[in-house]
Amino acid sequence: MRMWIERHRNILDFTLSSLVRRKRKNAALVSVYTLIVFLLASVLLFTYALREEASILLKEAPEMIVQRLVAGRHDLIPVTYLERIEAIRGVSSVKERLWGYYYDPVVGANYTLMVAEDQDVAPGLIAVGEGVSRTRLASPGDTIEFRTYQGVTIELEIRKTFSSESGLVSSDLVLISEDDFRKVFGTPKEYATDLTVRVRNPKELPTIAMKVAEILPDTRQVLREELLRTYDAIFNWRGGILLAILFGAVLAFIIFAWDKASGLSVEEKREIGILKAIGWETSDIIRMKFWEGLVVSLSSFLMGILLAYIHVFFTSFMLFEPVLKGWAVLYPAFKITPFIDGAQVASLFFLTVVPYTVATIIPCWRAAIVDPDSVMR
Amino acid sequence: MRKSSVFFIYLFIQIVLLGSMFTHASYKQQTGLSHLQEKVNLVQRLGLTDLCLFTEASYTRHLSLADFHTAFQDSPMALEHFPSGSLVIRPPMDKKMYENVD
Repeated sequence: MRMWIERHRNILDFTLSSLVRRKRKNAALVSVYTLIVFLLASVLLFTYALREEASILLKEAPEMIVQRLVAGRHDLIPVTYLERIEAIRGVSSVKERLWGYYYDPVVGANYTLMVAEDQDVAPGLIAVGEGVSRTRLASPGDTIEFRTYQGVTIELEIRKTFSSESGLVSSDLVLISEDDFRKVFGTPKEYATDLTVRVRNPKELPTIAMKVAEILPDTRQVLREELLRTYDAIFNWRGGILLAILFGAVLAFIIFAWDKASGLSVEEKREIGILKAIGWETSDIIRMKFWEGLVVSLSSFLMGILLAYIHVFFTSFMLFEPVLKGWAVLYPAFKITPFIDGAQVASLFFLTVVPYTVATIIPCWRAAIVDPDSVMR
Repeated sequence: MRKSSVFFIYLFIQIVLLGSMFTHASYKQQTGLSHLQEKVNLVQRLGLTDLCLFTEASYTRHLSLADFHTAFQDSPMALEHFPSGSLVIRPPMDKKMYENVD
């Protein structure tokens, strides 16, 4: 066993010396390889952590949302619908929600205005998310003006701002009293934006949704399961720009592996020829190339994944931030909780390290079985 | 020192760092519980349905409640051109009961 280890260490020593001899070429190779792993790992780590957090948060979302549709578009729902849904067996509570979008022409941002039963939110007072506070440079005690549907400007005082840690759900929120909400949007008293339904037994939810659809045919029912599915599918690898990033990275990796598998350079062939001439066996040369592939791919993989972790969870996905921000003026400055999927890291390992290592062995075996004299000539 | 020893030390450091990545993640999950709970409470209390990820257009703010056809929604020239539209795919829509209406 000791002999076996010593033999491999000697081959590794020689391999490392050989890599150092062509240090510029190999440094470039390791840098590009690391970059590919970094890109792939950054996207995988970010999307997984975001999906995990969404699934934890949205487990507490309403079990069902009932919205009214008029001419195929979402419309205000009469409050009388509330009693008709409450009468369905199995429904434990139905609440009306009042919410809407407000475009602030001062900064050019969209806010989500929402009525809440909150001790800090009384007529004339609002609670705002961290993004609103940051964009408007306003803190508790300051006022924000809102233009009502009649063109009158009203000023509401900020009583509270939500912490930046809750930005993922509250960044653009403005909690407002019911009176002020109706004053801003002109929503009649007998209407709400939508209704949220809680049921006694979650297994009955599809049946209750069917009953709601039967008694209120002009409504659509969005179940919590569908909210969860929406965020499970978000940033899915099949989606838009993510597919472009992944496709580009995978293609670059295939070109790499192909370059390795398609053949050796004249210099490498000469080296193999000399080694065979001085008594190296074919198996030793294959071992040497195995170590070469492993040194390059393992170092790049580990470095790439560590840099990706720092990029996603310490710098808040800095390089991809412009893509996520889009044209938004008010962007949540949130930090996501690092959730890592071990299986995903393992798959990335098997997809990058193994094929590359194997790809380096094949051409070497081909060169090693040729007569050293013809290789060196 | 032999070159292989240097390589193994380098590899060992990187593997330790990889392990500490998992430890850090688990530690952050524990210490971030109060912040996570704060967000969960907000979702529960306000009946929130979506994450605040894309605020650039009204229909990208609440992805789960958006209409399916978004083009021309905000103005006559507003084709589906917001950058977030290229990030998010259409959610799976099996078992929808209002397909014919919407």
